[in-house]
Amino acid sequence: MHMPDGLINAPVSIGAAVIAAGAITVGLKKSKGTLDSQTAPLAGLVAVFIFAFQMMNFPVAAGTSGHLMGGALASILVGPYVAILVMTVVVSLQALVFADGGLSALGLNLLNMGIVSIVVSALLFAGLMKLLPKTRTSIIGVSATVAFISVLASAGAFVFEYSLGGNATYNIASVLISVMSVHVLIGIGEAIITGLTIGAILATRADLVYGARKFLPAHNLLIKESVVQSNV
Amino acid sequence: MSNKKLFLIGLVVSFVVAGFFSFYASSQPDGLERATAEQGLDVTAIDSANANSALADYGVAGIENERLSGFLGGAIGVALAGIAGTGIYFWVRTPKSGDIRH
Repeated sequence: MHMPDGLINAPVSIGAAVIAAGAITVGLKKSKGTLDSQTAPLAGLVAVFIFAFQMMNFPVAAGTSGHLMGGALASILVGPYVAILVMTVVVSLQALVFADGGLSALGLNLLNMGIVSIVVSALLFAGLMKLLPKTRTSIIGVSATVAFISVLASAGAFVFEYSLGGNATYNIASVLISVMSVHVLIGIGEAIITGLTIGAILATRADLVYGARKFLPAHNLLIKESVVQSNV
Repeated sequence: MSNKKLFLIGLVVSFVVAGFFSFYASSQPDGLERATAEQGLDVTAIDSANANSALADYGVAGIENERLSGFLGGAIGVALAGIAGTGIYFWVRTPKSGDIRH
């Protein structure tokens, strides 16, 4: 999903960079105070985890691979504002240090893999959880679903950007079909990794999962309170 | 499970994936590369200005052994993500007066 330089023209690349910078500024402001000293370390760990798993390309079809993007995972684990910071760290590190994703395309890549995927994930997660029973199974199922859709949203954002400023000759309908069909398969991988990871953390430390806090509070809050009391 | 244990497991898993498992990752073009090549859009793609930098493509320039080069690339990446992640931690955390576990 990392776009190289030269695919999309300068005006659209600059526009994307401006939008990304605006979203990162919002993320910086709003993320402060959303996590406490118990949950904040998770933000750092999520950046490391997503960086590592993005290196793990899995085969999706003959001659094609895909890898975790992580926007949905970050959004559910640490909340959308912190997730923007996490994805900014991961995508910038990849472009600046490892030459994965173009430098002039950095704004586009931050927008597609970070902001678009996080915003779609956060809205869809909140919407679906409203409709479903507030159980651990729902949270895992919704996380996987949201992860799948987030990949399609990132891929759709690329097609939209290409339609605005693509440098080559193209047929937008066939670009759309080509890009979306392969990302349906990658989205399945994203759903599996996201569902398994959220499931594993819910099973051990549900209190650390930002998206679950509203729905599974009692049990874990009780444990924390008793720890505090016993130490006072 | 304590915070410490969970974070240790998370770090070890990330390190093993980036350093060791990544050697077995698919080296086929990813979805976007594949689709843009199929549609002939990649003709305008150009190499990044830092495409020849020391850590380009998650390897370490000058190390012939692919496994070692990939291991070091992954390990350095995890370390850098960890440093940046620590920065995020300090940015977002809000120590509360009643919080006794620091």
